[in-house]
Amino acid sequence: MTSTTARRRPYGAKGAPYAFLIPAIALFLLFFALPIGYAVYLSFRKVEVSGLGLGAGAREEVWAGLQNYTDALTDSELLDGALRVLGYGCVVVPVMLGLALLFALMLDSEKVRFTPVTRLAIFLPYAIPGVVAALLWGFLYLPDVSPFYFVLDRLGLPQPDLLDGGPLYLALANIAVWGGTGFNMIVIYTSLRAIPAEVYEAAKLDGASPLQIALRIKIPMVAPSLVLTFFFSIIATLQVFNEPTTLKPLTNSVSTTWSPLMKVYQDAFGKGDIHAAAAQAAIIALVTLVLSFGFLRAANRRDKQEAAR
Amino acid sequence: MSSLAVRKTRPAAGTTPGTVQGPPRRRRIAPVPTLTLLLGAVYCLLPVTWVVIAATKSGSELFSTFTFLPGTGFADNVSDLSAYRDGVYWQWMANSALYAGLGALLSTVVSALSGYALATYRFRGRETLFNVLLAGVLMPPVILAVPQYLLLAEANLTDSYLAVLLPQILSPYGVYLARIYAAAAVPADVVEAGRMDGASEWRIFTRVALPMMVPGLVTVFLFQFVAVWNNFLLPYIMLSDDEKFPITLGLYTLLEQGANTPALYTLVITGAFLAVLPLVALFLVVQRFWSLDLLSGAVKS
Repeated sequence: MTSTTARRRPYGAKGAPYAFLIPAIALFLLFFALPIGYAVYLSFRKVEVSGLGLGAGAREEVWAGLQNYTDALTDSELLDGALRVLGYGCVVVPVMLGLALLFALMLDSEKVRFTPVTRLAIFLPYAIPGVVAALLWGFLYLPDVSPFYFVLDRLGLPQPDLLDGGPLYLALANIAVWGGTGFNMIVIYTSLRAIPAEVYEAAKLDGASPLQIALRIKIPMVAPSLVLTFFFSIIATLQVFNEPTTLKPLTNSVSTTWSPLMKVYQDAFGKGDIHAAAAQAAIIALVTLVLSFGFLRAANRRDKQEAAR
Repeated sequence: MSSLAVRKTRPAAGTTPGTVQGPPRRRRIAPVPTLTLLLGAVYCLLPVTWVVIAATKSGSELFSTFTFLPGTGFADNVSDLSAYRDGVYWQWMANSALYAGLGALLSTVVSALSGYALATYRFRGRETLFNVLLAGVLMPPVILAVPQYLLLAEANLTDSYLAVLLPQILSPYGVYLARIYAAAAVPADVVEAGRMDGASEWRIFTRVALPMMVPGLVTVFLFQFVAVWNNFLLPYIMLSDDEKFPITLGLYTLLEQGANTPALYTLVITGAFLAVLPLVALFLVVQRFWSLDLLSGAVKS
């Protein structure tokens, strides 16, 4: 297909990039643009039920204006879910990125041993599906089979319920931290490795300690990759779904609307109210866009200020 | 507990050539970084070690013996799992292999075509197109999956293999990686030389550029393979027939049924262990082919 259009040179060279991009554009239109447009359309519609709601003509789709949106914004389940995810995110993002930065700096330090093995071990959870990760940790949280409870029991220490109340947030956060630290560590580590050695030489000659070099030189120089990892972490946190869904069978404390995305799923497929679900989904998408781009802009502005100084 | 995992890592580290026979000065170990990383490794290996051991335990051993003591029931567990609903577990594994293998392959082809075009040609709308494709990364999957489900239902495609395969072919991240790699690996003058020789644009791509892009494309393939293998939400929404489930969704339904019946725990645990194996094996085998530098876009151009 592309070969015939590309073979005639004068047109070919001009049309070629578009021909190469046809599959991507077609897939984008079908599986990104069209669904998004359809979701927005659905979010402004609602089903009106006349009479008892029986019979073919009793349910009718009509325009709803902004009603689904005002409903969503005053829906306490959605707001509670958003607050839960906010609390969860306040633990996950700093801990995960802090550990990733720490491990990356340690990998990059001198005279450190076993790095091929430790690096691979820390990166390994990336290969494990979120569902399986939640399942493994879920069992480790269960008093019957968990080694932690075994140790606590032997030591005669109190045994907290990890799948309820405050500890549940930490239990969920731990799964995300476990799964995401390695990936972020590699991103930060690769940019640490890209710093030329001469940069440190002067500091070393001046007698700077490894800690000073890390704080004053290395961390500022990898700031762009920290911004990148922060950006992706915010997006991933807002979209948390797999882990709480997987833990749900193990505890009654995870409701079907624990996170905003679970609420969208529940409304769309549990209650069958696709219009409410579409409006909630649109709000989550908007918040994601505003937060992630707002963060990128703020980071860029700081960058420019630093450069101007 | 921690000593076990440390012992587990030690033989592998000891066999690394060069570290032991190095000059005496290099033998001095910086204790803080080494210890920090070992602790991190123990933390990351803990659940994996646990599942490896737990999968060897019979139902009664699981609750009676110490967690990190191997059991005697591994073969029984595997045959129980294989017998569960006429071997549906292995069907899930085969499905995952199909979704991830075929999906990642198609995704790599699309990424290669688009990445090459975006990197080597100057044309109207290039940056706009690139940014629009990238914006797809920001879309929460459920925002896409719910309307995708409704649209595919219109086309009578829900609850089919295609419903899980098709939406995952276009990977914004894959296009991004392929573009960065093509820009770094395919020199403009080589493309120009091909044109001078009268080769068609398609021929230049397949014969000249594609071989140069292979290392980057391997990375794209692996990323997408992992992404599809690990995907839960899309099949969760699209599929209802459990013969078509991928392993993530299958294990979830197994857990849902098993949570209240501890007798089924061993099935879930053995299932989780076997589900982790292929990806861990894939990682260990291909890690040297991974250009992880690509992750941060740190390719020297």
